[in-house]
Amino acid sequence: MDMKVAKKKLALKEKYRLLTRDLGWEPTYQNKDEIYPYTKYEGIRIHDWDKWEDPFRLTMDSYWKYQAEKERKFYAIIDAHAQNNGHLHITDARYLSALKIFLQAISPGEYAAGKGFARMGREFPGVGTQVACQMQAIDEIRHAQTQIHALSNYNKFYNGFHAFADARDRMWYCTVPRSFFDDAVSAGPFEFMIAIGFSFEYVLTNLLFVPFMSGAAYNGDMATVTFGFSAQSDEARHMTLGLECIKFMLEQDPANLPIVQGWIDKWFWRGFRVLGLVSTMMDYMLPKRVMSWREAWNIYGIENGTALFRDLARYGIRAPAGWDDAEKAIDHMSHQFMLGLYQWSFGTALHSWIPSDDDMAWLAKKYPDTFDKYYRPRWEHIKKLKAAGTQFANYGLAKLCQTCQLPIVFTEPDDPTRSAQREGEYKGEKYHFCSDGCQHIFENEPEKYIQAWLPMPQLFQDPIGGDLAAWMDWVGLRNGKDNGDFDGSEDQKNFDAWRAMATSNQ
Amino acid sequence: MAVVSTKPYVGVPRDLVANFNGKQLVYACWDQHLLFAAPFLICVPPEMSFRELVDGPLTALMQPDPDASAVDWSKVEWLKSNKPFTPDFDASLAANGIGHKEQLRFITPGLNSLLAAA
Repeated sequence: MDMKVAKKKLALKEKYRLLTRDLGWEPTYQNKDEIYPYTKYEGIRIHDWDKWEDPFRLTMDSYWKYQAEKERKFYAIIDAHAQNNGHLHITDARYLSALKIFLQAISPGEYAAGKGFARMGREFPGVGTQVACQMQAIDEIRHAQTQIHALSNYNKFYNGFHAFADARDRMWYCTVPRSFFDDAVSAGPFEFMIAIGFSFEYVLTNLLFVPFMSGAAYNGDMATVTFGFSAQSDEARHMTLGLECIKFMLEQDPANLPIVQGWIDKWFWRGFRVLGLVSTMMDYMLPKRVMSWREAWNIYGIENGTALFRDLARYGIRAPAGWDDAEKAIDHMSHQFMLGLYQWSFGTALHSWIPSDDDMAWLAKKYPDTFDKYYRPRWEHIKKLKAAGTQFANYGLAKLCQTCQLPIVFTEPDDPTRSAQREGEYKGEKYHFCSDGCQHIFENEPEKYIQAWLPMPQLFQDPIGGDLAAWMDWVGLRNGKDNGDFDGSEDQKNFDAWRAMATSNQ
Repeated sequence: MAVVSTKPYVGVPRDLVANFNGKQLVYACWDQHLLFAAPFLICVPPEMSFRELVDGPLTALMQPDPDASAVDWSKVEWLKSNKPFTPDFDASLAANGIGHKEQLRFITPGLNSLLAAA
């Protein structure tokens, strides 16, 4: 009689090998260079693809199981949020501006990252890399989707949420993250990994997610906290992929070092510029603030960044070239952005406002060297203009940076009283930049950046031809509803009226 | 190397003067007057005289600043592409050498109300 013997369960390592490495076929009738045509032109030399380790050793079967469980929890909470009028539990309707920035500028970036990683999953020859990139591609699409679903409940009640998909391509401040991701996706696979996997996901991600998620928690927004948690366990995997990739490149060949360092310099600076608006969100837009942008930078920029680059020093990597200029900008940028958002608020699908006396006292405390000296006088004057019935709007529009596409709201690193001025010529055409960092990125690959679609100059070309109302239609901006000063907006009135219904008997 | 690519690659600029239907862009920045968050972007024809640029769009845009009415244009110092520049007010922008996407910066010594308030 045969005894039934229970089959041994595969060890995790063995299972990973069977489910991944065995996908690595050796082609017999095709040339490997033709199957993977983009792995060499960037100049990165790889001798042994099997050296790319995936420390998570996550296989697709367990991936689906984990993610499905997270989805179930996420949608249960989102349902509860909708049924319990979660949109009235936030501290104040000013908080919505932070959410609008997130939906318009960040969620489309998640989707773009998904497209990028899907491409990298195809283009890298190593199987470990392919599998990790494919999982990250699915993660990024899931993040975009859960964010859009979480915020769709706010769209039922408030303005400025409805046109985020059009805004992604057309709205002047949304082309900033869009160009960031377009730049990364149109680069080669190794540069993409440094751009998104390392610089964005590893070096800068805490400056994005921690402030937004803590900000949500401080301001009573359960929906956003929930998608934050749902994404968090993925981020650990993404950060590891980015770090593994950079170590892999550096260990494979010493000739890779200068190329990798150049990308770190470039993508740190691009990432720093893209994340600039987070500073404004933290310092101005959260009714209940978590910490100042300066405090966040001290923790997540200086402390974490210094430790990371100390760790990478053994490969010959140094801190990014723009590090010192970034440090000099920290005490200025949130004020410079908010002043810009306010004076161009006729063209934003979110509200901005003049900080209250309380807000200004807080800003003066958090920015003792800069706020009272440089920025308070401007806000006080803007307050006076409003009181006199001549609310400040700057219809001059703005000079944009050819590389990062931000309005040049920045001052010289060593002179906060002077607008930063950088320009150069390429093939007889003039180009303008916000900083040495952005000018250097342009000069390294001018043929790429001369094609930038800069939204403000485009406004004066066909078919808009400088017609502001036609432009508003085209970007999906409803004048008098989505834009302008928070004070007197529909969002403000509705929130106050609905909240009053919940807390009084009148 | 103008771009890292797998084959020859030529980009097409999106902001050529030919796209502006006979007009051009001029950037103007009032030095040390940062109530205005960024240099102004002004779209005007190259035949416009320098005086028309100053008295027209530039003066209109400057009004929110408390120093606007105190500017004496005969004493203003000008920079073009960051180099000292003496404009001929009656000549056209083109005759003044102000091309497409030119950056003008003007300095008004002694006038800085919002800066001095600190």
